[in-house]
Amino acid sequence: MGTGALFIAVFLACVVEAVEATTIVLAAGTARDWRSATSGMAGALAVLAIVVAALGPAVSDVPLRGLRLFVGALLLVFGLQWLRKAILRASGHKALHDEGKIFAEQLATAAAKPRRSAGLVPDWYGFTLSFKGVLLEGLEVVFIVLTFGANQHDVGLAAIAAACAVVLVAAVGVVIRSPLQRVPENTMKFVVGIMLTAFGTFWGAEGAGAHWPGSDAALLALIPGIAVLALALVAVLRGNPVPAAERS
Amino acid sequence: MGARIRAFAAFWYDFVIGDDWLVAAGVVISLALTYALSQAAVPAWWLVPLFLVLLLPVSLWRATRRGS
Repeated sequence: MGTGALFIAVFLACVVEAVEATTIVLAAGTARDWRSATSGMAGALAVLAIVVAALGPAVSDVPLRGLRLFVGALLLVFGLQWLRKAILRASGHKALHDEGKIFAEQLATAAAKPRRSAGLVPDWYGFTLSFKGVLLEGLEVVFIVLTFGANQHDVGLAAIAAACAVVLVAAVGVVIRSPLQRVPENTMKFVVGIMLTAFGTFWGAEGAGAHWPGSDAALLALIPGIAVLALALVAVLRGNPVPAAERS
Repeated sequence: MGARIRAFAAFWYDFVIGDDWLVAAGVVISLALTYALSQAAVPAWWLVPLFLVLLLPVSLWRATRRGS
């Protein structure tokens, strides 16, 4: 896999996660208290930095074949989860991911909670909402950076791609101070699902001892092949519409 | 304490396994079979893609059947 493909795969996956984290922080800051929301975000980023510092060198020391088997299996499971949801959304069997709607729901929930200060944090609910959102979405970013980076012996480039995505999304979020509804998140999740599944298939099989025809070039067949399968499944499922009440 | 452990386990189950356990089980089985075939010096690269082509439609069928 070239450095360009590594960068694009990590960047797209991290943009999606960063958009979701930004929506949560914006809801916590708008409905509750900006100081608490930013403190929660900073606390989560500090925990994530510790996780990276602890796991980064350990992951790099694992033998490549074992790493590829383990990481390939996880990526395959993650990728299939993403792809499954993306296909259900694209075919109308699941509601589209709507950052505006999620933001409004979180805003309403957050506004209804009583205010309670704790130590230096003026509003504990705003702090924990922001902390949990950034930590959970950030864990996925860390996982993607470490696995893609370690497999390609370029954790630095993967980290740069993730940082670009997070800084870009955070900067836009700060400027517009509203959820990033214009980001084509559903399409991006579809693409990321295809890429995670393709890389998971490639690394998982290689880690289990298989040899791909054409070596790395097999990815050039796997990625479009999985895309065609996913689009075909969307077309099939669109032919079997469900009542709106059953979508969730 | 028990509730916290359950919540911790539920978080990791949701994080790794997700909505359909069949997908995770299929991935593990396909990789185990790939390992077995490759140990027997049989070309095994095709096995995971084959599982993928079977697993994804089955998982989607299960999801649409229960309306999620």
